[in-house]
This record gives sequence, C-alpha cells and structure tokens, in this order.
Amino acid sequence: MYVATKGGERAIEAAHQWLAEARRGDPAVPELSIAQIREQMTLAVNRVMAEGSLYDPDLAALAIKQARGDLIEAIFLIRAYRTTLPRFGGALPVETDEMAVTRRISATFKDVPGGQVLGPTFDYTHRLLDFALMADGDAPQAARKPAETQPVPHILQLLDRDGLMEPLTQGEATPPDLTREPLEMPADRPLRLQALARGDEGFVLSMAYSTQRGYGRTHAFVGELRIGTCAVEMEIPELGFAVEIGEIELTECETVNQFTGSKTEPAQFTRGYGLVMGQSERKAISMSLVDRALRWDELGEENTGAPAQDAEFVLYHCDNIQATGFLEHIKLPHYVDFQSELELIRKLRRDAGAETCKEAAE
Amino acid sequence: MSIPSEDQLLRRSRMGLLARANPQRLAALMPDLPAHAWLRAPEIGTVMVRGRTGARGAPFNLGEMTVTRCSLRLEDGRVGHAYVQGRDRNHATRAALIDALMQGTEAARIEADLLLPLRAEEDERRTARAEKAAATRVEFFTMVRGED
Repeated sequence: MYVATKGGERAIEAAHQWLAEARRGDPAVPELSIAQIREQMTLAVNRVMAEGSLYDPDLAALAIKQARGDLIEAIFLIRAYRTTLPRFGGALPVETDEMAVTRRISATFKDVPGGQVLGPTFDYTHRLLDFALMADGDAPQAARKPAETQPVPHILQLLDRDGLMEPLTQGEATPPDLTREPLEMPADRPLRLQALARGDEGFVLSMAYSTQRGYGRTHAFVGELRIGTCAVEMEIPELGFAVEIGEIELTECETVNQFTGSKTEPAQFTRGYGLVMGQSERKAISMSLVDRALRWDELGEENTGAPAQDAEFVLYHCDNIQATGFLEHIKLPHYVDFQSELELIRKLRRDAGAETCKEAAE
Repeated sequence: MSIPSEDQLLRRSRMGLLARANPQRLAALMPDLPAHAWLRAPEIGTVMVRGRTGARGAPFNLGEMTVTRCSLRLEDGRVGHAYVQGRDRNHATRAALIDALMQGTEAARIEADLLLPLRAEEDERRTARAEKAAATRVEFFTMVRGED
C-alpha cells in the first residue's frame, strides 16, 4: 500500500503563519512583553519552571508567550531547550533552614518560633471576581512592619528534638538522576522525589487527593509549609571552594503522618516531603502526600493496592511531556496502520457474510 | 575541603553578591571594561539544583537552573572567575573582571563604587521583603469569655 509522503509542506507553512497571527491576536490590542508575563503571570511562570525542570523566569515567560498560554506546550519548549545546554555540575543541596521566608505556616502548632506568616496568599480571599482589575489602577502597595531578617527554624525540629519523628536517613552525595539514566523500578526515595518535583501538578494533585479519599490513606497534617528564597551554592573547581551562584524561590512542604509503629519501630510520626521550584504550594503539598504514600514498603505498611502506593504507576505517568508526547502522536498520520485495520475488518465481515449465506442456504 | 581563609570568605561573599546582582544595574555601575583575555569565554549552561529529603536528609535532584560562567586574565596577569545565575554573558564578564580587579590596588575603589551600592541595594530589597512578610504574621489572641 502506497501513501503520499510529500505534499504537506505548503499547508504546514501556511498553518504556522496562521499560528503566528493567532498568537498575536487582535493587533489593535498591545502586544505582551516577556517582562509583563514574568512579573504578572508569575505563578504560570513558576509552574513552567518547576515542570520544565529549569529555573529561568525569562525563558519560562518566553515559552508561555510562544505557546499561547498552553502551559504543557511551554513546559515542552523548556525541556527541549534544556537539552541543548551543557551541565556545569551539581549544586550543594539547598539549605531550606536558611530560607528567607515570605510565607510560613503550620497546621500542627499555633505558636511557633518565628510565627505564622501568611505571605501573598489567595487563602481567605472570597474568590469573587474583582472587576476593579479590568480597569487600570495604581500599583498596590503591601503593608510593612519592622522585621528581623533572621532565618526561622523548621517547625518539625520541635518534634525531632522530642524523638517523636522518624529519623532522617542520609544518602549518596550524588543522588540518582532520571535525566541521565532511564527511570527504573524499584526507584529509591531521592529518585521518586525528583520525578514528583517535575511531575504534572494536576496528576500529582489527583494522586494526593485519592490518598485523602481513602486510597492509600496516610492521615497527613501539614507540619510546615514555607515559601521563600534560598541561596544555591556550588563547588567551583577553579577556586577549590563553594560559592553562591544565585538565589531561587522554593516552596517546601513537610507533612507529619500518623504511624502506629512496626516490629522494629516505636509508634512515632513519619514524614512526607515536597519541594518545588517557585511558588506552588498546591504542588508541594500534593508531592508530600504522594511521597508519603509511596513509602508504605519501607515503613512496613499494608499495600492496599491503591494507585498512589504503586510507584511504577505514579512515576511512569506523572510526567506530562512524556504523556502528551505519546498521547498526541496518535493524531499524526497512521494511514498505513489504519489501512491494515480496515483490510482486517473487511475480511472478517466478508468471512462472516459468507458464513451467513451458507447458513441461509442450508 | 579545608577551612576557608579570611580572603577566601571575602571572595566567596563577593562572588555571591555579583552572581545575585541585577545585570542591568551592574552594567550601569561598571560601564567601562578593562582589557582582558579569555581563559574561558562566557558560556551558558545549567547547574543541577538539589534538595534534601525532609529538609535535612538524603540529597535529591530538584531540577536545573541556567548559569553563565567565564574565566579571564587582566593584562597584568590577574585571573578572575565567575559563575552567575541566568544567561547574560555581560553579567558573567563583569563579575569575573571584578573578581580579578579585587586582587590588586583597585580593590578599595571597586569596593566603594561597586560592591557597597550593590550590597546596600540588596539589603534594602531583603529588608523590604522581610517587612512585608512581618506585616502578614498572625497575632493570635484569646477571646475573653464573660465572668464566671
């Protein structure tokens, strides 16, 4: 069976021209600048950086503009760009203890050193459309209050001190990297956290929600949720010591989960952990719930067959670029495949028809 | 890695300040670039950012960030290095030049004209952010019930 393999070029070119025109929209409306997207669509920019797995607000803003606001398409552009860059090395782990917090809340303790800091949150807004934003207004100003710039300690250290939290395990200085080695099962916790950190927010959210509804229930409390900036340090071979190479915004969530103990462990609280680039607390909380659900085996819990307990299911389906790549490829020409299906159906019907004729004749 | 000397600590803090500096602001403070030869021309790449499981446990890979690096030599032989966040080659060039210049007689002038304002502006930004955060700190109070 021969199919046309040429002839689409002119149509494709015209389609891309139209795409460019459609991207621009009505020329009577001023064009968006990259800086406008970066400054005013910040949370979209943050999501593209987190799931594109590349911290660069300008590039993420460019990708959003190019993708006409389709965030998965924008993430795809960032992932593709990332592969063109050399990697200089790995940074030292960020010290979130040192984070300059803009938001820091705990659902487990009311009075904590450093206090509950709400930050620029949507919480407690009424979720009513604000028509004032349709008009140009003066730039709003945040309230201020004298402050110390000391870092605030992690709240779970209070429980650590009393020996009520499971101890943390230390690992390899160079963690496994799924961008260098294919993701294989069983995946250890550092590898799972990497996959979740770049995983699709919607997918990770739904998985986390399923654990709350009873599929692999882990009774999570948000011990602490913090958003702020952290220094990134790297050892520089030319110098022989580590220097700060920049500063990034992060969202961190630590959950405290009930654990009644096992044969070897006393009753204590266990941990779920979420860390995401940018300001994204929905994703960070979701990540920590899913992280905790995936730890059933090491904690000696029952596998109830819940989707969120199945590392292979979660990790192989959380990447929206892999998912969309495989999903969307089915819209591309499959003429030959389909021709053979068509032939098969026709043959089956012919055979069945011949049968029926024979039966009728008998 | 041994305990860093005082000079190393100062250099470290300087390089951090330059890496975090706004490239446009740095360019405005340092319009003229002294002659230099490349040991490594500015190059854009990434660095893998890492987190720690449970904030203090085993490291894991969080994702990458863009970084520009370069190394250069001044005419008198002093060498400067830079690793700065983002993709601005001029930013890395200026950072490396300052790193080299700070190893000689220009140090005091550069400290006063360049590093001091950068540090002051950064402190101001950080204070502003901390003050806005402080204004959103919840002050709990207990509702006083009636007598009896």
